[in-house]
Amino acid sequence: MTTHTAPTRTAPRRTAPTRTAPRRTAPRRTAVLALAAALPMILLAGCSSAAEESTEGKTIELSVLDYYTDEPSHSNMEKRLTACAADVDATIDHQSVPSPQLNAKILQQISTKTLPDILMVNNPDLPQFAETGALRPLTELDVDTSAFYPSVLEVGKYKDELYGLAPNVNSLALFYNKTMLDEAGVAVPTTWDELGAAAATLTQGDRYGFAYSAASGTEGTWTFIPFLWSNGGSQLELDAPEAIEALDFYTGLARDGYVSKSVVNWSQADAKDQFTSGLAAMMINGPWQIPSLEETEGLEWGSTTIPVPAAGDTPIAPLGGELWTVPVTTPDREARAASVIECLNGPENQLETALTNNTVPSNESVAQELIAQAPLMESIVETVSTANSLTSDSGLKWNDVNAALSAAIQAAVTGQQTPEEALKTAQSTVGE
Amino acid sequence: MTTLLMSDKTATVRRAPAAGGAARVNRPRDTNSHRVIRRRQLFAWLFIAPAIVYVAIFFGYPIVNNLTMSFQDFTTTTFYTGEAPWVGFDNYVSVVSSALFARLSVNTAVFTILSLAVTFVIGMLLALFFNAHFKLSGLLRSLILLPWLLPLIISAAVWRRMMDEGSGILNQILSSVGIGSVPWLTNPDVALFSIIIVNVWIGIPFTMVILYGGLQEIPTEYYEAASLDGATGWNSFRYITWPLLRPVVAVVLILGFVYTIRVLDIILALTGGGPANSTQTYATQAYQLSFVDFKFGVGAALSNILIVVSLLVAALQLRTSRRSNDLAG
Repeated sequence: MTTHTAPTRTAPRRTAPTRTAPRRTAPRRTAVLALAAALPMILLAGCSSAAEESTEGKTIELSVLDYYTDEPSHSNMEKRLTACAADVDATIDHQSVPSPQLNAKILQQISTKTLPDILMVNNPDLPQFAETGALRPLTELDVDTSAFYPSVLEVGKYKDELYGLAPNVNSLALFYNKTMLDEAGVAVPTTWDELGAAAATLTQGDRYGFAYSAASGTEGTWTFIPFLWSNGGSQLELDAPEAIEALDFYTGLARDGYVSKSVVNWSQADAKDQFTSGLAAMMINGPWQIPSLEETEGLEWGSTTIPVPAAGDTPIAPLGGELWTVPVTTPDREARAASVIECLNGPENQLETALTNNTVPSNESVAQELIAQAPLMESIVETVSTANSLTSDSGLKWNDVNAALSAAIQAAVTGQQTPEEALKTAQSTVGE
Repeated sequence: MTTLLMSDKTATVRRAPAAGGAARVNRPRDTNSHRVIRRRQLFAWLFIAPAIVYVAIFFGYPIVNNLTMSFQDFTTTTFYTGEAPWVGFDNYVSVVSSALFARLSVNTAVFTILSLAVTFVIGMLLALFFNAHFKLSGLLRSLILLPWLLPLIISAAVWRRMMDEGSGILNQILSSVGIGSVPWLTNPDVALFSIIIVNVWIGIPFTMVILYGGLQEIPTEYYEAASLDGATGWNSFRYITWPLLRPVVAVVLILGFVYTIRVLDIILALTGGGPANSTQTYATQAYQLSFVDFKFGVGAALSNILIVVSLLVAALQLRTSRRSNDLAG
């Protein structure tokens, strides 16, 4: 019965085409249009699916992506890469993008599966990229890491797997103007009490005793982290008494007028400018500022580890640095990329980079060698030996912690909230 | 392009009753004209096609993509695996329920409305001023365009130096006059207004140029005739300039609103949203969420809210200005 009725029901539909006949041109046209619109995408898709063939035993080209766009860093890095690649019968295709664009570029390459063979990432971003699964753990590639500072290896780890190696790291130290300290008869501060007293004494006229960066974002946050950590605080417990105490001391210096309230807009470079122009007697900053300090005529400066809450405490500063990682490709390419990274992390390369960029070698004995050759770096080498990776306690939550803590520091410096209120607000946004 | 189509349609509608009135005579011509119309429509579509393709690829696709992204848990991992689980309205809920949202809304509203109002009033006064031709007016007018010619990042960096609390030139001048120093960018209660000042400075040339162009279009005969009737000064502005300038004013306000509500570069360069989020707006927070925190889904949700708000206000403005135009006409 049903089979009989079916044809009759469909019958009128068959006549339909005649009714819609004049309209037929319209769908055809849209189809052509759609095809024309899709054409570039089809072409693009064709490009990315290059055939993978065995490269075993052949000379190959390894692509490298980093953010060393400035000269001479770019050509120095290319020289080192080329020399290291020659050992594994490979050539180098070296690309650099400006640092603010590196993450966007990596994300784009991750989505199109066109990551380079060797990739540099900035250390706070490692958890994000390692989480995607696009990076190969270096432990699977037999990379020798025995000579490294354990703290430096932590920088390249995510979920207990080593993903990246930093030939060189940097951290933070206290820089002081020797002339000003001598004139005021102030000894180099080592504890918070001494730092507070020194800042008070050194504040004279339009000169502030102390300066740091409290700008929105990472620069302002990581400058505060040594105070948080040295006091036993954690990035994940921002409303704990240790954290409140640290923020109270740190921002209290600004509320008392020993630190300019403009620090909420100062980057680390701005803090350095205040220091070199004599408007601040001490500052928290990194060793990459040493060349500018040396260039400043008449500036007698020194540096030491960041003061700790009480005498005898260990200063714990955050580590920064560029990590070299191996994206997932073919076993042969990964193995060769890993040896290039191992070579980049070799003692000679580390020392050379340390001397040209004012960074600390991640190999302990090389770091000692650096102190012999560049005594100015002593305080920072000492800092690195007890430092921790910036994201060691927050991991994937670092971005939330960073934003919340940045707002808390600024609210406390400007007196908008008490340190306690500010950190409670911060913890509530991180805890979400 | 749509007007072309519409006029075509109205033409058919208008022709139809005439054809009905003389049905017998017109039948062969009727089918003929149908074919003509259809062919004309086909050509119309062909002419529109490039525009449709362009709009679809460069506007349609990103907007649809942004919409779908706002309903997904879209993270860095998504880029690699392509997996972005659907989460319904979770992203919108987390944006709206975040402790920051009320502050963002107030900041965005204050920033946009104040910037727009002040820019408009000053731009209007300057346009009127330059409309009265005098010596050197051409030179002065081109000098006022200067803020427009400088790259935003550079002018913002200069303003940041000028507004420094201790060593900035603004405070040096103020304290030499005896007013004392203003914490331009360091006080959370002041920073937003400082940014508005900079934004007004940047916005004035645009407003002035467009309004000045509008003023030039008004025939001087009206003013001459009105002055014979005794309408000068405020009255001539109230009854001649303002009604005739209204369409231009609508354009200035709508464009100004859309440009202002999405301002990002000036804020990032001056304060980065600080101190303590006091200058954070929808635009800066959406940028922060998507490109700093890598929370693409939540960032997309916030930028969709931003798009909807600006669409609503633009539509409202268009409607009121059209209605008042009708009334005026």
